[in-house]
Amino acid sequence: MMGTTIAIGALGPALAIGMIGAKGVEAIGRNPEAQSNITTNMILAIAFAEAVAIYALVVSLIIKFT
Amino acid sequence: MPHISIKAETLFHAGLLSVTNSFITNILVALLLIVVAVMYYGGQKTVTGILDLALRGLYGLFAMVFGDSINKYFPVVATFFIYILIANWFGLLPGVGSIGFRHEESIVPFLRGGTADLSTTLGLSVLAIGLVQFYGIRELGFRAYMSKFINLRGPMDFVLGLLEIISELSRALSLAFRLFGNIIAGEVLLVIVAFLIPYFVSLPFLVFEIFVGLIQAVVFTMLVSIFISVATTKHSA
Repeated sequence: MMGTTIAIGALGPALAIGMIGAKGVEAIGRNPEAQSNITTNMILAIAFAEAVAIYALVVSLIIKFT
Repeated sequence: MPHISIKAETLFHAGLLSVTNSFITNILVALLLIVVAVMYYGGQKTVTGILDLALRGLYGLFAMVFGDSINKYFPVVATFFIYILIANWFGLLPGVGSIGFRHEESIVPFLRGGTADLSTTLGLSVLAIGLVQFYGIRELGFRAYMSKFINLRGPMDFVLGLLEIISELSRALSLAFRLFGNIIAGEVLLVIVAFLIPYFVSLPFLVFEIFVGLIQAVVFTMLVSIFISVATTKHSA
């Protein structure tokens, strides 16, 4: 049960982080001067996408340890 | 397998209040910040220099969100940022979460990271969302702000207003769970890695957790400041 929760819950965020990274690198390639700005926003967006996986992780930890 | 506790353990009872280990850590963090603040206003050279530099960077970060009204809201969001940052990092100190007493085959630590407890993060997020409502009412007036939630111009508007109320509640929940989840996931990760390979391998993970602590403090305060700036601007509708 715990394994299934985190396995399914990590799918979406994994895709999202991949897309954010791809688009971020693409943007830096087009406009290298804006690199620091793009990197900051990219890390913020990654943190939001990652939060979804973290919710799944919290649920699976609750299933496992309580 | 090492024992992992999702909720903070109660150390002792003081009247009706059950004192948990993360409560004690929160008190310590608050005391530390008070001491630093007293040193800052006392004109201690090193403290003033470092803090001025850090606060200038922070000011620039929030100025991107708030624009001209930054001076009104900077103190409160910076307080949130500094408190969450120090609480996140305090949980990574050696001894926090590892020194404790034995209780029924598991170790109950004396100290536990302040934000590794859902009560702390939920308290912070409820306070933050409450402040968003307060600022919204103060800037737009009670009637204008409440018309976002209770709108009787038509059935569709009424349903949309109800959705606004639910979204405000879910914002508080998601803020709390995001911070709590990231910090507790970091602690579990560190425990598991140290359990698998006892020496040296957990060092890069520790550095990563320092980074995560900073990022989560930025994310929390950024979201709160975006909510504030959305709630305090007039929308034409």
